[in-house]
Amino acid sequence: MFDTRTGRKLVEVRNLKMHFPIYAGLLRRRVGEVKAVDDVSFDIYEGETLGLVGESGCGKSTCGRAVLRLYDITSGSIWINGDEIGEADFHSLRRLRPTMQMVFQDPQASLNPRMTVARIISEPLDEHTRLSRAEKNERVFDLMDAVGLNRDFANRYPHEFSGGQRQRIGIARALALNPKFIVCDEPIAALDVSIQAQVVNLLEELQAKLGLTYLFISHDLSMVRHIADRVAVMYLGKVVELAPRDALYATPKHPYTEALLSAVPEPDPTIETRKKHILLKGDVPSPANPPEGCNFCTRCPKVMDICRKVEPPTFEVAPGHQVACHLYSETTHETAGETAAAEAHKSIQQGE
Amino acid sequence: MTDTAPLKEEAYRPPRSQWWDVWDQFSTHRGALIGTIVFLTIVFAVLIGPYLWTIEPTFIDIRARNQSPSFAHPLGTDQLGRDMLARMMAGGKVSIAVGFTAMLLSLLLGTLIGVLAGYFRRLDGPLMRLTDLFLALPLLPLLLVMVMLFRETLSARFGPETGVFILIVVAIGITSWMQTARIVRGDVLALKEREFVLAARSIGTPSRRMITRHVLPNVLSPVMVSATLGIANAIITESALSFLGLGFPPDFPTWGRLLFDAVDYLQQYPERVLWPGLAISFTVLSVNYMGDGLRDALDPRIRGR
Repeated sequence: MFDTRTGRKLVEVRNLKMHFPIYAGLLRRRVGEVKAVDDVSFDIYEGETLGLVGESGCGKSTCGRAVLRLYDITSGSIWINGDEIGEADFHSLRRLRPTMQMVFQDPQASLNPRMTVARIISEPLDEHTRLSRAEKNERVFDLMDAVGLNRDFANRYPHEFSGGQRQRIGIARALALNPKFIVCDEPIAALDVSIQAQVVNLLEELQAKLGLTYLFISHDLSMVRHIADRVAVMYLGKVVELAPRDALYATPKHPYTEALLSAVPEPDPTIETRKKHILLKGDVPSPANPPEGCNFCTRCPKVMDICRKVEPPTFEVAPGHQVACHLYSETTHETAGETAAAEAHKSIQQGE
Repeated sequence: MTDTAPLKEEAYRPPRSQWWDVWDQFSTHRGALIGTIVFLTIVFAVLIGPYLWTIEPTFIDIRARNQSPSFAHPLGTDQLGRDMLARMMAGGKVSIAVGFTAMLLSLLLGTLIGVLAGYFRRLDGPLMRLTDLFLALPLLPLLLVMVMLFRETLSARFGPETGVFILIVVAIGITSWMQTARIVRGDVLALKEREFVLAARSIGTPSRRMITRHVLPNVLSPVMVSATLGIANAIITESALSFLGLGFPPDFPTWGRLLFDAVDYLQQYPERVLWPGLAISFTVLSVNYMGDGLRDALDPRIRGR
């Protein structure tokens, strides 16, 4: 497994908040805000893949876009490769853009239907380099080779391709400027299952070859398990658990993570029938009006009184394994160790 | 679909200019080709014709008035004995010039205002209210006032014909851009939320190149349609203005003027209405077909169908 302790931090996100104002009434007064991303902090180490999972509408995509400053963030700081971009203005941001790129969810919508593949892939080159036309073409062909597209497709338009091929075009565009950090915003969600594996393998291959760092946003837990080194679980705008992949999948700490993982179907029918599914009741509360205390308290199977009043801080229950839940609060500040937390976890499970 | 290896030299061919694809598609559109040929014929007839048919359009031969078509006067003569063919050619030059220039002006204004209003949120309110204001203005009184105010100054400055030409083009241009602006704004609003615009922003593309590279090419279809309709509208508005005495001087032929002059003699000499009417219809129709073909050719999704 990837050793997070030795790597260099490429991306540092601290207390990132992205609130969208809601205007209503005749005078369009500001009546509230949708807290799409609320106080999120995480690091991404050079060369690793951080998976970001959560259900629809929990703020994953917003978080990914905010990290690249595609939105003007409400507050917080973002450091990418040693540069603070949270407050940067357009021009300094433009200079930093080549290090960070994005692969989008819908490959159909993310490619301009009126541009040829060659023009789409060379757009970043047009913006940031002063290559001659021939050099640009050479680079475009190299990129097309790298993502496995036939060079002869250069003069075609996006609508002439299949979903998987379009996503390859999107990946080639993201690679054009030799970025260090790529946000993959559900790059496989719109694809056929047979194509998903191809695209994910391509992403892994490119990571190995070019030393890329990914923030891989997905709701597909099994795919995240395949590609990610560490996984962050989001619920209603907050990161509820952040852990190395194996630890998260083996011993999920947060009740929401447990529920999420128990929903992953098991291929073996005998195990599947014996498996206990945790069914969450109710719906996700509105991010415009989140509950007091813990965001998950309205649906949590292990809810306690304190959860409805106090927002849980983040506890480190094991090295690199952070969880934001009151279940771990009594034990952690006495013996900040793995065993105590694990015992606490066990006793709670037995107590049920 | 050609596959890989054997086409080595073809595989390395450089990306080809999009305009070749556009031409390929345009030339397969039969209506567009016929439209282009008809339109070019009219334009050439109007531009080169006066050099071949040298009778002055304002030359009055009172003894030869109200003649039917003959070898001396292929389209007949009017009530003052002026040759209709010469007048048609002279009138066409003015009408087509007015139609095109006014269309270009209104298109430019409409697209500019539409794109600015759709793309920049802050400008949306003011610009669209301005559009509403122009839509609500009563057109004819406005034109009347414009002609009253500026005709003399412009005539003195640029000469009576150019002055009136500028006045009419500007008058038609600034009273007909609103529809284009509304359509373009709506399209830009929708386009702005598409992911490829976000992708361009993640590259760091500045707003002006975002507009020229991603927004404008994608609003081309509605702009093209309003352009072709705009020419027709401008020609007809010009004739209405001439009819009201607000346009060109009475002895100065335009298609609209010829049409309205001939209306008085509709019973006796119906062919005099026919010539300018046919000319206007053919011009408008051919331009519409050209626009249709161009719109299809510019859309890569329709291309090759």
